[in-house]
Amino acid sequence: MNAKARAAVVLLVPFFALFVVVMVVPIGYAVWLSLFTEQQSGLGFGGTHTVFSGLGNYTAALGDHAFRDGFLVLLGYCALYIPLLLAGALTLALLLDSALARARRFFQLALFLPHAVPGIIAALIWVYLYTPRLSPVVAAMESGGLGFDFLSPSGALPSVVNIALWEWLGYNMVIFYAALQAVDRSVIEAATVDGAGAWRVATAVKLPLIRSSLAMVALFTVIGSLQLFTEPLILNQGSGSAVTSSWTPNMYAYTAAFGRNDYGLAAASSVLLALAAALLSFFVTRLSGRSARSGRSGRSGRHPSRASGPPAAGRPVRGPRPPLAHPEGRP
Amino acid sequence: MALSPRTAVTGPAAPTSVRPSRTPAVHTPARRSRNRWLSPTAVNAALALAVLYTLFPLVWLVTAATKDAGGLLAGDALSFEGFDLAGNLSRLATEGDGIYFRWYGNSLLYAGAGAALCTLICVAAGYAFDKYRFPGKEQLFGAVLLGVLVPTTALALPLYLLASRTGVVNTYWSVLVPALVNPFGVYLARVFSSAYIPDEALEAARIDGAGELRVFWSIGLRMVAPGLVTVFLFQFTAIWNNFFLPLVMLSDQRLFPVSLGLYAWNGNAHGEPSFYPLVVTGSLLAVLPLIIAFVTLQRHWKAGLTAGSVQ
Repeated sequence: MNAKARAAVVLLVPFFALFVVVMVVPIGYAVWLSLFTEQQSGLGFGGTHTVFSGLGNYTAALGDHAFRDGFLVLLGYCALYIPLLLAGALTLALLLDSALARARRFFQLALFLPHAVPGIIAALIWVYLYTPRLSPVVAAMESGGLGFDFLSPSGALPSVVNIALWEWLGYNMVIFYAALQAVDRSVIEAATVDGAGAWRVATAVKLPLIRSSLAMVALFTVIGSLQLFTEPLILNQGSGSAVTSSWTPNMYAYTAAFGRNDYGLAAASSVLLALAAALLSFFVTRLSGRSARSGRSGRSGRHPSRASGPPAAGRPVRGPRPPLAHPEGRP
Repeated sequence: MALSPRTAVTGPAAPTSVRPSRTPAVHTPARRSRNRWLSPTAVNAALALAVLYTLFPLVWLVTAATKDAGGLLAGDALSFEGFDLAGNLSRLATEGDGIYFRWYGNSLLYAGAGAALCTLICVAAGYAFDKYRFPGKEQLFGAVLLGVLVPTTALALPLYLLASRTGVVNTYWSVLVPALVNPFGVYLARVFSSAYIPDEALEAARIDGAGELRVFWSIGLRMVAPGLVTVFLFQFTAIWNNFFLPLVMLSDQRLFPVSLGLYAWNGNAHGEPSFYPLVVTGSLLAVLPLIIAFVTLQRHWKAGLTAGSVQ
């Protein structure tokens, strides 16, 4: 017994030591740093010294309209990107899961491949495809009467959303598809025998059964969206786009640290961003938990009992947690 | 809506016994008209359209990488006009004394060594969580799951400030060490460990007198090998694609990974268009290893994304 305890410690220590060094300590250090500010001493001869400023950096960040605008941009980004991503990935997964699809392996692979492309390279490619005169896409759209200036002020948000969508659509589709494949086929068969068509099977049987993966994907998409950085940075890099150097909160923190050397402000805005992420994940988890509960009780009435009965109750989710996205994927 | 029952039910794993006698009852005209949208042609055409969207930029990357600067900036990117792939490759190899291939080597080092070590660390922890009972286990695992939710870019700046305080900034370590931690990998490893390693096998080895660590090393690791590949593949991709951390940590060009080097070159290209073909060709080469890995290791990345349904 003792030998087992010792082995467990030996196996766990490497991970947790690094976990503390790379995740816990930096969070604490960021909070600490955010409480201090650099001040010019006297006549400016003595260089700068660090003074405690309490929540001064936080009020400075929140009082800066560039920082607040960053959150507005994020809000618009999420409002456009998340519904498109979830609806698109779900639709593709349901189509692929329907018995009508051919060449499933090929479709899965081809849709997934953008995940192999680093975010920065995806952004580079799309900036080329957005640039008038260079881009076959813009040319084709113009000849089709759908001219759109991706690099104009109003085009900035859709351009970034499209890059993110391209990167993550197939990835999340595979997660949904995997969850759909795990749905007990006898449930679907029972619903069909009871006269439910493909549309009704998809919306009333399959969707409720994979809602836990839906919630997970939503959660990780929200967290990933808050960290938006690489794609707008490339658009900002001299492409003539309307994206500014503090377009998103993350870009604001980066510019504060490396453009203005204001580490206190950078740390405070990082902490605020992390807090927003924590709040939102809590919110999304609660929301999906509640909808799952109400969904379960609400459905039993209007559903063929065979479809929502034993399998849904006896096997509410697969495994300890539903299929997860790989959250480190977003650079 | 109402498909013919055969097409409606038959998933890959579905039994083929469906009663056709049911069909006539559900075929109302309204339903039949919607039926057309769910024909095999429509479904496959929709999927093909999505594939066009995902593959088109990659096809563009291939054709664009074969062009010289003039051909690239002249538009009409999908033709092979101004074909100069060999020229691009040789310029890529000579520009800045071959710095590109140094970046490539750095990326291989960061991603290869980082992912290998990270996989070992994750699997050790996941195995311990799965196979041993100890006080506070679920609380500790809860901390791991919380770590999954931490936005990594919010950590990059504090990490940089810590690293500059300790003098690690602008070294290989500054990029390599943070890449060793992946809480999600521990979660995956726990799932794989319980799916692939039967307790009886461990018990048998113990009865033969093997020590606990020996059991892990020679039985556990071997049995969980397919899961090792999955964790490695995802971590390799994450490190290879990582941009923010090296951007913050590194200022010495010779330590750059490919992603950061291409970013620097792209910055040059706006003043000096001869850099455009280098950026495009360099991007193509940087994407190739991962494309090859994902095409050849399909079983493994699918297993990673299905992890929750393994149990």
